Amino acid sequence: MTNILEVNDLQVSFSSYGGEVQAVRGVNFSLKKGETLAIVGESGCGKSVTSQTIMQLIPSPPGRIKDGSILYKGMDLTRLKDEDMRKIRGAEISMIFQDPMTALNPTLTIGDQIMEGIKQHKQISKAEARSKAIEMLQLVGIPNPEMRLKQYPHQFSGGMRQRIVIAMALICEPEILIADEPTTALDVTIQAQILDLFREIQQQRDVSIILITHDLGVVAQVADRVAVMYAGKIVEMGNRRDIFYSPQHPYTKGLLNSVPRLDQEGELVPIDGTPPDLFSPPEGCSFSARCPYAMEVCKRVYPLESNLNAHHLVNCWLQDERAKRVLHTI
Amino acid sequence: MGLRQETFYEKKEKIALDEWFVPIEKKQGEAEAVVRPSLSYWQEAWRNLWKNKLAMIALFFLTLLIIMSIIGPIISPHSISEQKLINQNQPPSSEYWFGTDSLGRDVFARTWYGARISLFVGVTAAVIDFLIGVAYGGLSGYKGGKVDHIMMRIVEVLYGLPYLLIVILMSVVMGPGLASIIIALSITGWVGMARIVRGQVLQIKNYEFILASKTFGAKSYRIIRKNLLPNTMGPIIVQMTLTVPSAIFAEAFLSFLGLGIQAPLTSWGVMADEGLSAILTGHWWRLFFPTLFISLTMFAFNVLGDGLQDALDPKLRGGK
Amino acid sequence: MKSYYVKRFFSMLVTLWVIITITFFLMHFTPGSPFNDERTTNEAIQKNLEEQYHLDKPLIVQYGMYLKQIATFDFGISIKKSSQTVNEMIGRGFPVSFELGMVALIVAVISGITLGVVASLKHNGVIDYLAMTIAVIGISIPNFVLATMLIQQFAVHWKILPTATWSSWRHMILPTIALATSPTAIIARLTRTSMLEVLTQDYIKTAKAKGLSSFKIIVKHALRNALLPVVTLLGALAASILTGTFVIEKIFAIPGMGKYFVDSINNRDYPVIMGTTIFYSTILIFMLFLVDLAYGILDPRIKLQKKEG
Repeated sequence: MTNILEVNDLQVSFSSYGGEVQAVRGVNFSLKKGETLAIVGESGCGKSVTSQTIMQLIPSPPGRIKDGSILYKGMDLTRLKDEDMRKIRGAEISMIFQDPMTALNPTLTIGDQIMEGIKQHKQISKAEARSKAIEMLQLVGIPNPEMRLKQYPHQFSGGMRQRIVIAMALICEPEILIADEPTTALDVTIQAQILDLFREIQQQRDVSIILITHDLGVVAQVADRVAVMYAGKIVEMGNRRDIFYSPQHPYTKGLLNSVPRLDQEGELVPIDGTPPDLFSPPEGCSFSARCPYAMEVCKRVYPLESNLNAHHLVNCWLQDERAKRVLHTI
Repeated sequence: MGLRQETFYEKKEKIALDEWFVPIEKKQGEAEAVVRPSLSYWQEAWRNLWKNKLAMIALFFLTLLIIMSIIGPIISPHSISEQKLINQNQPPSSEYWFGTDSLGRDVFARTWYGARISLFVGVTAAVIDFLIGVAYGGLSGYKGGKVDHIMMRIVEVLYGLPYLLIVILMSVVMGPGLASIIIALSITGWVGMARIVRGQVLQIKNYEFILASKTFGAKSYRIIRKNLLPNTMGPIIVQMTLTVPSAIFAEAFLSFLGLGIQAPLTSWGVMADEGLSAILTGHWWRLFFPTLFISLTMFAFNVLGDGLQDALDPKLRGGK
Repeated sequence: MKSYYVKRFFSMLVTLWVIITITFFLMHFTPGSPFNDERTTNEAIQKNLEEQYHLDKPLIVQYGMYLKQIATFDFGISIKKSSQTVNEMIGRGFPVSFELGMVALIVAVISGITLGVVASLKHNGVIDYLAMTIAVIGISIPNFVLATMLIQQFAVHWKILPTATWSSWRHMILPTIALATSPTAIIARLTRTSMLEVLTQDYIKTAKAKGLSSFKIIVKHALRNALLPVVTLLGALAASILTGTFVIEKIFAIPGMGKYFVDSINNRDYPVIMGTTIFYSTILIFMLFLVDLAYGILDPRIKLQKKEG
């Protein structure tokens, strides 16, 4: 299986009145064709910025790609000219955002908004665009699509709007779909429906999906692989099995512990403290201030990468031989 | 590249020493340290305003204007009404700093006297708008329900009335003069303020700390005073600051039409009217000074109002 | 939707009635009679004239008669110039004022929106800052001040444009600039603020993510939403342009309705004052109503709400 997308040492910063905020500090991952990669983390960990950088949607002042590359089909997206990137957006890589209530233009019909995507990228007639739009609406499960095309966003519920947004994103049959917190603004039953829809679409259309979320429940349902992000870096990455059944990084473990489970009794254990200040990130491991297993070395030097197997890697000093000596004293 | 890259290589060479593999002493609360010092609402607002150079200049200008309006006629060697017909229509000179008008009066002294009148009209109108508007809007918003509904219907009808037309009519009825201008401005001007205040009150009424206050048995009056007012002050202050220039404009407008201030008083509007015919005869200073000051004063108040709005509205903060 | 507009229409009539009533009673409470000047020294003549104009009847009766008159669009006869009916005066002056006002409004809308959009796109840049400073200046300089400045420079000093009257297109330039500057500035500021807010909306992000061209995003998506508040403003703006015509006509000696209005105020010519006031107010209120209608058409949320509501 080939990698359809490769992100190498991506570093993105923002200049603000308080200084430079290092939002993404060296992120590496790849996406294979047909798989779903979930990027998990708290608010502010850099997952949204990473995904928006892939689409080159970060406004250039104040944001800036300091280093790194994003390879798509051999092209480095960070070096593309604007017009070329625009041809890719919506046609080959699509993105959907968190809040379906505000993602659609209230003054245009949804038919107009869906069709403009394909009209922009492909030379097709209005009738063809229309039938494609109807096909998409059917795909995402909206009944009576011919009539609905003429309606306005406020005439649809939140769940339906999100489906419309997905239809809009898929109309040009992109290779990659990036979904930034697609279910966060929806209630749980609708959430399940949308996630089912993602699975269906992936099976039918062979789309590769990057799913950004902070909700491990969502991850468990749809992800093939998971990348855990903290303070601008990926701290652990692996298969769904690896992450859920043998998490290595204390942060990952913390996340899993803080999810309420029906089969376990007892209190919820939140992770102490708050994420570090990205104006001046610490030299060592950024989680050390909150980590119950932190050692001297964690504060001073950033942990090297350890590969537990072909797919599972983690950045943590606890993996080091010398740490294992200490561990049983804790 | 540069610094970032070097640090990275440094780290690579930075060896993880064996002795560091020991658990660390954790200081309590280290992880929870808040990064930036927090300021009170007003402190932060003042800081934001301070950063707005234009607004600060405007504030400085207005302070200067107020001072000059008080001391201007006093420091001038000539009185405001002294007529020396031989000196009529003199251009600015060392004796008459702003020149003289057709009756030989000192334009400099009269300009500052006009400042007093214009500022007085502007500020009074703003204050009365505030008093009536806050009372009306505050009551309407706080009471809610039917009372609010009726009061707002009335406001709607009043809002549709052409402001300046009413002012003109009022001036006609009450005869021109300072009092009638102020009354006329007040009768129509409060409507905008009432709407804003009502909107603010409605927003705040449901905030939780009001409910909390109520559960402690605080009386309505106290709630209004201690809780509602401090939070609604922002837009109210902005509205007042922006009312002043429109009142000054209305006065100048009326006086220019002959409906405003009458002799022996004078205002910038009156002086502008008198100065209008003078431009054809080349006596530019008679029109220049009053119109300059009308414009500068309105400009300063508008800029200040804008600056206050930016400073007091949290949504717009962090934009730069 | 219909019921909403019917309601608005009635509200309009109520406001109009309030104005007529206020105007009427204000006029009749004004001290002094229109007949107390040099022309009518004889008491008997004065009494005759008062009778002729029904000024001797009780106020309520006069009011009733006037209302009836208004309903038939008869504004009466001028007191000072008894050879003219108020309707005639309006008929002569209004087209001129209307032309002046409309031209100014159109100029203001086009330049204001353009300026506002450009400023918003170059946000925080030199152009933005410059445009907005000019805008504040535009709002701060009263139109009559600007008019006098323009005359001073262009007509007197450089002698390139005429000073007065309304006879050729060249005569239109200065008055239009004087009248349109302030509204242009207001529209520019509002458009800019509105655009800035719209540009941060999610649906703009969505449009970008679809790979649409900048032009399409700005015109089709952003502007359509950003202009809604501007439309709402148009009513108030029309009002200020209208009152602006009074002074502009005075300064440039343009034979519009404003001139009659101001003169009649100074002469206490009741029928003219009332007639023109009511006429102006009707126009204004009608414009506010039109703006409301337009907004309802442009914003689908309102359109359909009313249909279903």
